[in-house]
Amino acid sequence: MTTSLRLRAGLVSIVLLAAFLGIWHLATRSTAPVATMSPEYAKLMGLTATQGKSAMPGPLDVGAKLWEHLKRPFYDNGPNDKGLGIQLAYSIGRVGTGYLLAVIVAIPLGFLIGMSPLLSKALDPFIQVLKPISPLAWMPLALYTIKDSSISAVFVIFICSIWPMLLNTVFGVASVRKEWVNVARTLEVGTIRRAFTVILPAAAPTILTGMRISIGIAWLVIVAAEMLVGGTGIGYFVWNEWNNLSITNVIIAILLIGIVGMLLDQILARFTRMVTFPE
Amino acid sequence: MTDKFISIEGIAKRYPGAGAAMTTVFENLWLSMARGEFCCVIGHSGCGKTTVLNILAGLDAPSEGAVIVDGQAISGTSLDRAVIFQSHALLPWRTVLGNVAYAVSSKWRSWDRAKVKAHAQTFIDLVGLTGSEHKHPSELSGGMKQRVGIARALSITPKMMLMDEPFSALDALTRGTLQDEVRRICLETGQTAFMITHDVDEAIYLADKIFLMTNGPGAVLAEVVENPLPRDRGRTDLHRHPLYYALRNHIIDFLVTRSKTFAAETPDHDPRNVPMVHIGKPGLSIASDARPEPSRETSWPGLSRPSTSS
Ligand SMILES: Nc1ncnc2c1ncn2[C@@H]1O[C@H](COP(=O)(O)OP(=O)(O)O)[C@@H](O)[C@H]1O
Ligand SMILES: [Mg+2]
Repeated sequence: MTTSLRLRAGLVSIVLLAAFLGIWHLATRSTAPVATMSPEYAKLMGLTATQGKSAMPGPLDVGAKLWEHLKRPFYDNGPNDKGLGIQLAYSIGRVGTGYLLAVIVAIPLGFLIGMSPLLSKALDPFIQVLKPISPLAWMPLALYTIKDSSISAVFVIFICSIWPMLLNTVFGVASVRKEWVNVARTLEVGTIRRAFTVILPAAAPTILTGMRISIGIAWLVIVAAEMLVGGTGIGYFVWNEWNNLSITNVIIAILLIGIVGMLLDQILARFTRMVTFPE
Repeated sequence: MTDKFISIEGIAKRYPGAGAAMTTVFENLWLSMARGEFCCVIGHSGCGKTTVLNILAGLDAPSEGAVIVDGQAISGTSLDRAVIFQSHALLPWRTVLGNVAYAVSSKWRSWDRAKVKAHAQTFIDLVGLTGSEHKHPSELSGGMKQRVGIARALSITPKMMLMDEPFSALDALTRGTLQDEVRRICLETGQTAFMITHDVDEAIYLADKIFLMTNGPGAVLAEVVENPLPRDRGRTDLHRHPLYYALRNHIIDFLVTRSKTFAAETPDHDPRNVPMVHIGKPGLSIASDARPEPSRETSWPGLSRPSTSS
């Protein structure tokens, strides 16, 4: 039953994909050539004008280009011409660094806040104000103080991924079932051991959920951040190719951004499943 | 009195109530237990039974008064006083063995893994869970979970066991089996036990002494009923004992009517000297028991009415 459902769902997915590609192809294919045009002018205008070809690339163009990229993902021909693999690696590197820094700060801090009602109340107004700020709003401040565009991008990732993790850690720690804490208390378990043997495992699913939300946001933000700071990364690549009017490359980048984002989410989802316990 | 292993001395618990006033759950509560004694507390919901147990466990502090265990005032929790929680309170991310081993390694911190495991296994076997060591709590039935809770409490070889309605969430059959086990284990190991229950028959089967509490707020310990049934009582012939119904009726009368009216009817109640009730013991002075109970006398010819003495 489940296998057949999965099979049928897979089939429907393939049909939908084929339909999408088909419509895309039909919508962007060449129509009848526009006849009345001097050859010089036609040459100037390119295929768009002469064959009625759409400026929007079709799926075949994108596929061919993608194949080219996949064959040479890591070439480096100077600042504006690098392989997609290199650009993605830059972006993933920035996201990874900013995200890990956020983990290092958010989880211990969240533990402290969650375990202390005083800190929780005292820090709440700050968190409430800081949380809704668009991470990109920090960019000028970061560029001004840090004076390095790449580190500024990392900072922006740090600041955007910290909130979901922090809030989820606080919530997870503060809402550990009282009876579990009481078990530890009746066994005279010290604070540190209690934190690691009761509170951490009990709060882990909530914390991991926060981490999963954070990685999603970080990946959303890195594209925008790299468009702003330029230089390297998949966000910069998109912007650069838009300036080159290479819509094909833009579409390929969009596709890859989606795939990498999905992979990052899947990794976190797997970790979440590992720490989730049935009750 | 016999030696007071546990002595609750004039404790009170107050919570901030409406406005600036404090709500008193109970106050001036005195109670004592001898070593190896099994005591049950019966009272209506909200009268403060759990609060008393939590104070005994050290999970909660009294607003006034003190608890003396083995000659020393307690401050906080202790590995000497194990708690069996009503909701079993197993750590769901640990296996059966993991849950018991957690308690064992908390008590004996220097033990190595193998020793902890062997010790935990002994107690898992004791409660009849051999073969389920590696299951998680979610894979166990309610009765099995409570067994793990019992094994965990016993594994630290406490001086006393505190149980807050440990079997109330179980079906009658499982409850019966677990009562048998707890009774057997407590008798074998000479545990001092303090158990809260709603079930009159459970109290009669298990307890040496039954504490009756009136309704809250402002609950008091009204009487201590001594269980007249022999120590080697069996579950199946419990109801054949000549004093069984007298005892049962006395408790039920208390729960149905006297728990509400006790304070009004007994203005001279001395919380420091709670009357000890001996069911059906002739020849004792009848102190304050003025209730006419002709029906009981006719249905139990030859037995005297429950009598109270201080
Ligand atoms: N944290 C609290 N704040 C205010 N009142 C409380 C609190 N905990 C318990 N109480 C009150 O104390 C009374 C006794 O509670 P409890 O000991 O749980 O009763 P029982 O176990 O006999 O049913 C109840 O009326 C309850 O409302
Ligand atoms: Mg209760």
